[in-house]
Amino acid sequence: MTADNVIASSAKQARQLTEAEIAEIEHEKELYPDNRAVGLEALKIVQKHQGWVSDESLLAIARYLDLPVADLEGVATFFNLVYRQPVGKKVILFCNSVSCWIMGCEGIRSHIKETLGVDFGQTTSDDQFTFIPVPCLGDCDRAPVMMVGEDLHRNLTPEKIDEIVAQYRGK
Amino acid sequence: MVDNPLTKNIDMSRPPLDIAAYEANDGYQSVRKIAQGLGSADVLQLVKDSGLKGRGGAGFPTGLKWSFVPQGPDSPAQKYLVVNADEMEPGTFKDRLLMEGDPHLLLEGMIIAAYTIGASKAYIFLRGEYTRSVETLSHAIKEAYSKGYIGKNILNTGFDLDIILHTSAGRYICGEETALLNALEGKRANPRAKPPFPQVSGLWGKPTIVNNVETICNLPGILTYGVDWYHGLSRGKDHGTKLFGVSGKVKNPGCWEMPLGLPIRELLEDRAGGMRDGLSLRAFLPGGGSTDFMLPEHLDLKLDYDEIASVGSRLATGTMIILDDKTCPVGMVGNLMTFFAHESCGFCTPCRDGLPWVDAIFRELEEGRGQEKDLAILQEHVSYMGPGRTFCALAPGATAPLGSGLKYFADDFKAHIDKKCCPYKH
Repeated sequence: MTADNVIASSAKQARQLTEAEIAEIEHEKELYPDNRAVGLEALKIVQKHQGWVSDESLLAIARYLDLPVADLEGVATFFNLVYRQPVGKKVILFCNSVSCWIMGCEGIRSHIKETLGVDFGQTTSDDQFTFIPVPCLGDCDRAPVMMVGEDLHRNLTPEKIDEIVAQYRGK
Repeated sequence: MVDNPLTKNIDMSRPPLDIAAYEANDGYQSVRKIAQGLGSADVLQLVKDSGLKGRGGAGFPTGLKWSFVPQGPDSPAQKYLVVNADEMEPGTFKDRLLMEGDPHLLLEGMIIAAYTIGASKAYIFLRGEYTRSVETLSHAIKEAYSKGYIGKNILNTGFDLDIILHTSAGRYICGEETALLNALEGKRANPRAKPPFPQVSGLWGKPTIVNNVETICNLPGILTYGVDWYHGLSRGKDHGTKLFGVSGKVKNPGCWEMPLGLPIRELLEDRAGGMRDGLSLRAFLPGGGSTDFMLPEHLDLKLDYDEIASVGSRLATGTMIILDDKTCPVGMVGNLMTFFAHESCGFCTPCRDGLPWVDAIFRELEEGRGQEKDLAILQEHVSYMGPGRTFCALAPGATAPLGSGLKYFADDFKAHIDKKCCPYKH
């Protein structure tokens, strides 16, 4: 890391949380006895509104809930579904666990790679899709499966992938 | 009498029953029995007598677990019930069926459990990817509040219960009950040292029971129809029914409620329809990714906890993963090792460093760079990461398919080294 990078990252400032974000965080406060538990909920809330959790958002949550930044960062980086980098409009959660592997998910992954030009951890150039693997999605009798945003897609084939991509691109 | 208490209301071609339809089919009868005077000690005794064992994987007797919660005037006033709905075991797809198919059954079971242990607050720890379960459960919780089955002074019993749906941000380790409690408290989901056990000091240091979704869903039947009925459901030593799943290259993969003690062959051949044409059964994992492989010669064993344990495996989640003769067994074990390496929480050394090493060796084998000595290293890891050597059960779980795979598929491992490639691909 260069000296410039260090200064650049430490110079980041907490952004202003939106009213909607604050309202949802306040609601969560009623459900848990302390702010630490609300911290993880707040990360998810901010991500829902912003798409991902930027440094500025993380600092804002830590300040709002009076939590140590390092603790919150430790939590944010631990969980698979908290994104600390920008993602596309839709995140493709691609199951590559054992039942999907037996049912040929590697071939589907290759097809997505060819179709969208991205592999795991990457976002398409038009910012439509981010492609990441996810542990077993619990729909193993209809493997291979993946989620696009909140929607589950089952019994995947290359043809089905083409349809799904066209469907979301058309939206 | 009902012989499928877990799935009697489930028809996935329509939305789950609403509360009125659920009530009309004996729903919430157990809560009415409590309102008519069935005490918490009575319920505890019923659950103990039922012989119900935890359905999340470990198979620990539920009544015994509950009995460890301190009671009486000197015990902490706040106690918690937590439902482990973080279904993430590879190849496991049973709790999803219950939550999407009949959410009120889970809520009714939670009321019973919370009443028995004296918990006024219950959390459902649901994996975030289960978006449909979020919808069905949220709706059912609203309905149950409006009918007074949850909330303040439930059916004039003086018992209060709030149920809160928590969606997880995703890590397999959260299925470990103490890691789950840390996640619920907003911390990194590292497991905790035991003792103290959660029953005594769990969520926010208070007495806490963590039960699996399917375990909880067994409770309404036990209270409504009785212990004798419950004992009559199974065909073996263990009691009740269980959800059994089959995935892999069988003709009809799926998940069904069946009596415990059912011969494996009946599940695989009658329900799952046997292997697809042109394929034969090579081996199977009986209860998710953390169980030891079993072989075709084991098909006449019964699906109960002791019988599966007698051949060195575990019934665990009861969801089978089938390996056929055209799929590479080394590749299958390697896939599981990648999963476990990725999901290690990183807290203890054997797991954090051992699993990625094992995973790397599998990649070498796959790509034709494996050496004889690699097999010895893999074998060493079976003991280095085995039970008692690690902080929690994640790495020992990984050694189950690894150790049994090295034993049963020795020729395949050797062929990868000798032919310098995966023989199933070339």
